[in-house]
Amino acid sequence: MPDVAKDRSMQLQKEMIGRHFDKLARAREQGRKVVYTFVPGNLTELLLSFDVLPVLPEINALQSGMRGTSGRYIMEAEKAGHSEDVCTYVKCDIGMLRSGNIGPTGQPLPLPDLLLLSYTGCYTFMKWFELLREAYDCPTVFFHVPYQGQGVMTPQHREYMVRQLREQVIPALERVSGRRYDEDRLRALLRQSRQAEDDLVAVFEAAKGVPSPLDAYFGGVYYVGPIFSAFRGSQEAAEYYRALREEVEDRAARGLGPVTPEGPLNDQRYRLVVEGPPNWTHFREFWKMFYDEKAVVVASTYTKVGGTYDGGFRHDPDDPLGTLADYCAGCYTNLSLPNRVEMIARYLHDYKADGFLINSVKSCNSFSAGQLMILREVERRTGVPGAFIESDLVDPRYFSAANIKNRLESYFQMIDARGAGRSQ
Amino acid sequence: MNRSEIIDWATEIYEDVGLSCVERFLEQAPGRKAAGMLPVYVPREVVHGAGMLPVGIWGGGDRLEIIKGDAFYQSYICHLPRSVIELAQAGRFGALSAMLFPSTCDVIRNLSGIWSMLYPGLYVRYLDVPQVLEAETGGRFWQQEMRDLARDLGELSGVAVTADRMRRAIALYNEARRLVRALYDQRRTTPWAVPSAELYVLLRAGEVAPVELFIGKMRAYLEAVTSSPMRPKDRARVVVTGAFCEQPPLGLIKTIERAGCYIVDDDFLLGNRFLTQDVSLEGDPFEALAEAFVRHSVKCALVFEADPMGKKSLMKKRVEESRAEGIIFAAPSFCDPALLDQPMLKAGADAAGIASIAFRYAENTGQFQQFREQAGTFADSIKLWGDA
Repeated sequence: MPDVAKDRSMQLQKEMIGRHFDKLARAREQGRKVVYTFVPGNLTELLLSFDVLPVLPEINALQSGMRGTSGRYIMEAEKAGHSEDVCTYVKCDIGMLRSGNIGPTGQPLPLPDLLLLSYTGCYTFMKWFELLREAYDCPTVFFHVPYQGQGVMTPQHREYMVRQLREQVIPALERVSGRRYDEDRLRALLRQSRQAEDDLVAVFEAAKGVPSPLDAYFGGVYYVGPIFSAFRGSQEAAEYYRALREEVEDRAARGLGPVTPEGPLNDQRYRLVVEGPPNWTHFREFWKMFYDEKAVVVASTYTKVGGTYDGGFRHDPDDPLGTLADYCAGCYTNLSLPNRVEMIARYLHDYKADGFLINSVKSCNSFSAGQLMILREVERRTGVPGAFIESDLVDPRYFSAANIKNRLESYFQMIDARGAGRSQ
Repeated sequence: MNRSEIIDWATEIYEDVGLSCVERFLEQAPGRKAAGMLPVYVPREVVHGAGMLPVGIWGGGDRLEIIKGDAFYQSYICHLPRSVIELAQAGRFGALSAMLFPSTCDVIRNLSGIWSMLYPGLYVRYLDVPQVLEAETGGRFWQQEMRDLARDLGELSGVAVTADRMRRAIALYNEARRLVRALYDQRRTTPWAVPSAELYVLLRAGEVAPVELFIGKMRAYLEAVTSSPMRPKDRARVVVTGAFCEQPPLGLIKTIERAGCYIVDDDFLLGNRFLTQDVSLEGDPFEALAEAFVRHSVKCALVFEADPMGKKSLMKKRVEESRAEGIIFAAPSFCDPALLDQPMLKAGADAAGIASIAFRYAENTGQFQQFREQAGTFADSIKLWGDA
């Protein structure tokens, strides 16, 4: 097998994740407390301020998908009575639990001391942690983030969230960690978040350049890894994003494209915006379908599920709980469909894209229900025709390579026919 | 009005998927307005208090061919939103001045966004019920959501939403819920006297008919049931659960009972009895409604279960209360709330030694043979081995 080309930042990230999983593996012997929580609406700075270790089951599931174990885990859950109709992240996680709870690095994951159910933009989250609670028999604290159905967060939504943080979430963390809430510590972590957020936005906005120095979907999912998971607010995340920014800006200055597994993609023929999560079980095969056609993704919505920083939001250390509420409310899947349409249409314009693609995943109704309307509406508003493909998050049974490839090729031909594709 | 006339009245409304009865109601007096409510729970008192007719939107069931609706949804999404869109695109919801989408699941949630894009002139609102069932947090939040809704609907209808209007609405819906509970009690006691198909169409009529009219029909039906008892049959008493959003076709409900079961508890049309106790008529009506929600809402998949034993014990409790002998987990295909809850509920049932079966349906399921065989075998096994 040929060596896979990797950015330096990917190596840095790999080391960070490795260290985190080492900490998790030693959490029990070192007396560290462990909190399971979700990516959208994660309260990482708050968790870190209590010195607890976050575990994100979605990340474990997607890692299982990339490592080829998710199919077995899903079958395990289905054998135990979980319907084939429901979210495969959940089933992958349940199956992993039933198979010994070995994490993506091959080390056992510690049991949770607390399930922090941040209910942000996904109904399934509620059931997921109700299910996990049956297995782990540990306390659960619920944090309800109202959906932005009317397109805005009202003052009462914010007050509701802040009150929950103050009256439910913080006391639960105090009980589990044995520490008092330290607002100064939280402020310091939020300050570091801001820095990382500035750098992340600069990274993604570099894709406005031609050629794009990054792939904002296949590369983008790596870029958001630290800030969406256990690291936002940490010094190492701030350093990672500074390094990533320098790397991307260097590529941009030299007129280079992103590094794909088979080398740099400097010659870019199609610039795309992508809506929806990627398929993880065939991630590289999926990506290859794009770079083989010289297609680069210049903006994606999936990289906003853990925060929409490009709209201007930054964590505000001067209002620590209020800013956490603002952050949670603004996560992509917590936005109304019209707001999602607006974001995609804006990306098409701002990133000078030739087209947009929706990868509709069977597992995720939060993303997928309504995507055909999004397709129509974005086409209507922008005059740019979109493409629609279907796959799944981590269920390998739902990835039909030939079908997807066929659709993509047809779509690229259509872009050519419209005279929108370009050669460098 | 005798029993069969009441059921005929209810059946006519049930079959009227295009809401022509709502149109007729609106035409009878100038200025009347109606608001559609997707399943499961919308505080009907607020809609009524704001001078509008609350109208349950339950799709087209098995009486509608889906053409346009399928263009909006992938194959792995449940059926209800397809038929709702089909009806809307065919202009069948022209009588509605507002559409309310409660926080049932992500499909209903996102349908609110589809609606606001398809019908930009219509009042569309997503209603996020509180998940923290505590008066000072969830209760306060919910109060404000309801106040905002009342303000907006009042502006649409031209009605000033006063505390007195709200209290009158609450009193009416308290009475409607009491009657629904009485009907369920009656069926639990004498299921042979309250066929579930009759109960069901009656409640479906209550989703559309003005509450004052529904109350009258319910009283008359209950009186008819007690005055004309029917003969019991040797059937297995079962709880049907999982059918709170997309509804099973009436044929499926009939099939379950014809196959040898009495349905003695269910979660069909759960929004009509979501509050399990009367709402107080004292003090601020919105506060009273919020208080009722955080303290007395029904245990179901739509609200976070804070009690770690809650899911495990729920089916045992429902089975005991209804003196049932088994459970039928009947969930719509691709229904996240029902299907994700099911393993937890089933584990509790298994631990309590309660027999169960499970199947999936869609609102337009047309073939019932497999359900008849499954339910029949289940009923037989309960009768043969239930006490073993």
